[in-house]
Amino acid sequence: MKKYKIVSLVFFFLVGNIIAQQTPAPKQTTAFSIEGATAHLGNGKVIENSLIMFNDGKITFVGSALMKIARQGKVINANGKHVYPGFIATNGSLGLSEVDAVRATRDFDEVGNMLPHVRSIIAYNAESKVVESLRMNGILMSDTSPRGGTISGTSSVVQLDAWNWEDAAVKMDNGIHINWPGSFTSGRWWLGEDPALKPDKNYPKNVQNIKDYFTNAKRYLAGDKSKKDLPFEATKGLFDGSQKLYLHVSGHKEITEAVNVSKELGINNLVIVHGDGAEKVADLLLKHDIPVIVDRPHSVPNNEDDDYDLPFRTAKILMDKGLTLAIGMEGQFERMHTRNLPFFAGTYAAYGVDKEKALQMITGNAAKVLGIDSFAGTLEVGKDATLFISEGDALDMRTNILTHAFIQGRTISLESHQTKLWKRYDSKINGKK
Amino acid sequence: MRKLFLVLMLLSVSLLQAQDYFPTNTGVKTTKNTTVAFTNAKIYVTPTNIIKKGTLLVKDGKIVSVGKSVSIPNGTKTVDLEGKTIYPSFIDLYSDFGVKKPKRASRNNRRPQYDAGRTGHYWNDHIRPETDASLSFAFDNKKAKDLVNAGFGVVNTHMQDGIVRGNGLLVALNSSSSDGYRILDKRSAQYLSFNKSVLSRQVYPDSKMGSMALLRQMYMDADWYAAGNANNTDASLAALNNNKGLIQIFEAGSQLDVLRADKVGDEFGIQYTILGGGDEFEKINDIKETGAKMIIPINFRKAYDVSNPLLASYISLSDMRRWNQEPSNLSVLSKNGITFALTTHDLKSVASFHKNLQKAIKYGFDKTKALEALTTTPASMIGKSDIGNLNAGSHANFIITNGDIFDKGTTIYENWVQGDQHVVNDINVEDITGNYAFSIDGKSFDLSVSGKGAKQSGSLKSGDDKVKSKFSFSAGWVQLTINDGGNFSRIVAQSSANGLSGTYYNVNGTESAWSASKKAADKKDTKKDKKKETSDAVVVMPVSYPNLGLGNFTQPKQETTLIKNTTVWTGEDEGILKDTDVLIKDGKIIQIGKNINAKRAKVIDGTGKHLTAGIVDEHSHIATSAVNESGHNSTAEVTIEDVVNPNDINIYRNLAGGVTSIQILHGSANPIGGRSAIIKLKWGENADAMIYEDTPKFIKFALGENVKQSNWGENETVRFPQTRMGTEQVFVDYFQRAKEYDAIKKSGKPYRKDLELETLAEILNKERFISCHSYVQSEINMLMKVAESFNFNINTFTHILEGYKVADKMKEHGVGGSTFSDWWAYKFEVVDAIPYNAAIMHDAGVTVAINSDDREMSRRLNQEAAKTVKYGGMTEENAWKMVTINPAKLLHIDDKVGSIKEGKDADLVLWSDNPLSIYTKAEKTMIEGKLFFDIDEDMKKRAAIKQEKSKLINMMLNEKMNGGKTQAPKKKVLKNFTCETKQY
Repeated sequence: MKKYKIVSLVFFFLVGNIIAQQTPAPKQTTAFSIEGATAHLGNGKVIENSLIMFNDGKITFVGSALMKIARQGKVINANGKHVYPGFIATNGSLGLSEVDAVRATRDFDEVGNMLPHVRSIIAYNAESKVVESLRMNGILMSDTSPRGGTISGTSSVVQLDAWNWEDAAVKMDNGIHINWPGSFTSGRWWLGEDPALKPDKNYPKNVQNIKDYFTNAKRYLAGDKSKKDLPFEATKGLFDGSQKLYLHVSGHKEITEAVNVSKELGINNLVIVHGDGAEKVADLLLKHDIPVIVDRPHSVPNNEDDDYDLPFRTAKILMDKGLTLAIGMEGQFERMHTRNLPFFAGTYAAYGVDKEKALQMITGNAAKVLGIDSFAGTLEVGKDATLFISEGDALDMRTNILTHAFIQGRTISLESHQTKLWKRYDSKINGKK
Repeated sequence: MRKLFLVLMLLSVSLLQAQDYFPTNTGVKTTKNTTVAFTNAKIYVTPTNIIKKGTLLVKDGKIVSVGKSVSIPNGTKTVDLEGKTIYPSFIDLYSDFGVKKPKRASRNNRRPQYDAGRTGHYWNDHIRPETDASLSFAFDNKKAKDLVNAGFGVVNTHMQDGIVRGNGLLVALNSSSSDGYRILDKRSAQYLSFNKSVLSRQVYPDSKMGSMALLRQMYMDADWYAAGNANNTDASLAALNNNKGLIQIFEAGSQLDVLRADKVGDEFGIQYTILGGGDEFEKINDIKETGAKMIIPINFRKAYDVSNPLLASYISLSDMRRWNQEPSNLSVLSKNGITFALTTHDLKSVASFHKNLQKAIKYGFDKTKALEALTTTPASMIGKSDIGNLNAGSHANFIITNGDIFDKGTTIYENWVQGDQHVVNDINVEDITGNYAFSIDGKSFDLSVSGKGAKQSGSLKSGDDKVKSKFSFSAGWVQLTINDGGNFSRIVAQSSANGLSGTYYNVNGTESAWSASKKAADKKDTKKDKKKETSDAVVVMPVSYPNLGLGNFTQPKQETTLIKNTTVWTGEDEGILKDTDVLIKDGKIIQIGKNINAKRAKVIDGTGKHLTAGIVDEHSHIATSAVNESGHNSTAEVTIEDVVNPNDINIYRNLAGGVTSIQILHGSANPIGGRSAIIKLKWGENADAMIYEDTPKFIKFALGENVKQSNWGENETVRFPQTRMGTEQVFVDYFQRAKEYDAIKKSGKPYRKDLELETLAEILNKERFISCHSYVQSEINMLMKVAESFNFNINTFTHILEGYKVADKMKEHGVGGSTFSDWWAYKFEVVDAIPYNAAIMHDAGVTVAINSDDREMSRRLNQEAAKTVKYGGMTEENAWKMVTINPAKLLHIDDKVGSIKEGKDADLVLWSDNPLSIYTKAEKTMIEGKLFFDIDEDMKKRAAIKQEKSKLINMMLNEKMNGGKTQAPKKKVLKNFTCETKQY
């Protein structure tokens, strides 16, 4: 007990320090008018010299500054600047771990293989220092998804300026994440096997397990439910279409089967995540109106012979097929790298995607993929006033410099643990000069 | 003939005898006549000395004489080998025959073992020269049979365990004899490798570079020990010195490791005989240059089963190519004049040896050379003149065949070892292969017999229909059972003058005379076969450098080049120059200015583009086969230069990101890591050519969580240090010892040469510089204080994520900082890492670089530099310096690279846009005026890869359709090396 106390104390001092936070902003009380900026609406359209107005957390006007219309509330002159809808990260796991290597902070992977009932929102740390570091780069919303197992659990969508997880959620339990088996498996090098990937003989069995699981869930839901089954209960939204099924799957064969199996089971609200090789099954995805969350472009090509820029061109290749895309965060150091979301879109733009279309991947289309497009993702009247002003092109590192950001109309702080340290030590160094 | 066979059988049985002075308790003692003459044979005395219709006289296990007219003493058994051929039996120099590999040492607990487990031996358990394989040797009859059946008569076997494996023994594969006769040499060679012993769990070395350093230290210690300097005995060093005179055989197993092994040997005046990997053809010039004699395995991979295009798409071109090219390896080695022997090592079954060899011959390997590589060459490599040939006085090890031993259809009848007969295929079994015709009750049948020796089999047809039947041929008698819808009739027969003749038993058991006439061989068929042979004439894909999809078939050349009318980021005081020309000659920048005229220069139009110096990455782990040697808390003796891997595809990808120079750093597994390699990314050249000429000497140090093994799991808690307090003491201890060592060395007194302390003394003498992995301010401060107390400076803090907290102290110490642009939150010591770090350090006057430590980020270092504009408001010009001239300064290569200045190396990148823009692309990357990456050439390479793949896929499909064996497709997994990567 005594030992535990000491540990807790130490933990308090270490972690207690970390949790020095910016205060979440209060509800919008005065209207704002942003005038003169180039507005990127997030739906592909751009308005030069724009006027954007919002009140009570909702956008009330989007149009040209030349319009002779009364400016509401506080006017921000944004001549030469750019206005964007708040950027939205998809397939993220924000707030589920603070420091990757510290096990005590890792809350993204629960024990078990089929866990639709496990909900990420419960572990979402609204006061994460990683979360606050994203706002100054324009990332104002994200989903937070569990990881691991076959059915990892249920995700939710959060906005990034909140007191607690209830506050943060903009869409609770928006979808269930499933890791589709791969048809390749790597050799067990520790048993002296060749570490190269070889066809996995268990693949059909693994797929059958998923089929069986959802078939049983369906049967349960159709039954009298006299004995409650928590996991099966949690799958209800998949069958009535209120929840999305995020199929984490890559490969021509695997994507085809993942889609067809889901359809057979009566699960229709589908999103492909990762989707390597999705261009080869584009017709199937288009037929069923299934979007794809592509991975971060900042990765090395999968195969030795691949074009060096293949990961940079993924979006271009899929967009040319007509697919709807968002950018997913999953991968190494995914939480801290989420702040580079604008530059992921920028890189896709550098390699063939039209800039506004690249922007859609992290705004309007990201909202669609998360199921929040009815109220977020674009600068349109009636939608949440979740937006920001940048000094320049927000997809380029040099000019992604925010002056204002709003979430649901609330004027949020762009400060963070990092900017505080910067200011402290900058004045130490430059003061001395 | 039959009689002779029985005699020979008895003879060989009677030879299961003991030495002749041994008492006999099972009968009376007899002497046997063991003289045998083989006459009328074609005899390969050596691969080039061939006697037609000669006689071989054998007595008491030795060859007495060989020649055209040999006088045969009375009482000699004579074997008429008319139409047969005699070859010397083969020799395999790399075998574990009869020597069991030891079982892996069990562990007492889960804690790692850092110190030696033995006493009285060397300080490292993996050095085992005292191993004498003859002590654990047990003749393996089953394996001997397999080898003898394949034509082998002698193997050199050893304990395949450990870095130094002790002596092997030369054994004749004579299962009819005793060890007293068949062990030809108990101490035939000493064996070495880079791989640790399974008998010990001692961690060091856990990398190839560690093995190389250990071998060096061992050789130096052996000399020191031999001179009587040690006050203890050391069974290992004593044995090593004792084994000095032996032939040293090194298991390398791949072209890169062949070069590495040879390098270590050369440093100590030892020319290893090296076991290759079958991939020597990929770097044949480098292999040739080693001057090493080689032992080459012939384990060719099976074709991949590419019938499923989805799966086939996972196979890399390099793997496909190797399937196609591997069989040409022997031919390439031979044409390049490399001395080599063949081995069955690596083969799953010895039986596949001949099939693979036949394939190699089809791919151009000369038959005489093949025979040499199995007989005279291995014999001379092992220093024996009495094996591998049939000269008088040599061991009577020979093979009897019915033709050319390397032809597919040839039968090996017997393999005599030490004068003892081993029957492979009964020579007396008649060859009844051919087509026969006969009729029964008016119905005509065709019988076709094929196969070899006792395994001849027949199939029956009537007209075009196959007839159910059972055929056997044994001891001269044919039995044929015909199944006519459940009614059986039988035939027994022997061969006769013009076919087969015997008796027919019909369904009712009624017998009648039966005969079948042999048909003349069908000429058309042989013609067809020949046609087929030529139609699948061998096509070998050209080798590229490195030998993978994006490799170069020809290396780029230096050209006088004029880049016109572009925006030049000089990285010098001149700043950014618009509309400027840059002239390059002989790999150097010779002129920067407006409207330069240069006749005969190749002109590149740079209008609208930006020209910069090539990016320099201070912290990289690409292009290496190892990163960490974590077996000791200090490993200053290891060097990445030993393990540079020029075949890493990431070199090409980095070039495509505008990177031209990198420092390959040792990892951060220990406070004192290994020495760096500073290289230019000269894609397609070998490791030595990539390393800087007169390279500055660097070493990696590390601090924090990694060196105290914080994230290595619960069991890694025994190595010192486990805290930052201990880390300081490691440094103080080692530098103190290095100081004392250096003092003795400089005094001229005798001393034990220690590679680790030599390296550390270089630091004290300001000849080698430290790049130290660092995160939090306390330890950064500490290391500067330690250095100051030993009167030197730290050169660079790499990562240095809390550098901003001690930037003033860094400036005062004079150390540079090479940092990540924005990484943080991945472990506890980086919770205070901020992206403003670079800007603050820069403001404090520290030389700041942005590094990658990551194979992916390194190809976007321009973007990472641009982040300093966002975070901390650096000017674009200063931001750009952070990935060019600043890291060049930190690496002491700024006199050559890092900026665009007349006289500097032409290591340049032409960008499509402002190099800091997210929308820019590197279009041309050159090193010393050679264009190593060109975005247009890259497009051509893509097309070529596609084309070559489909060609090879066709070839593999063809192989499958023609009944060739295939293997499932597999996907190459490319290792991602980072600071924390550990090998094994």
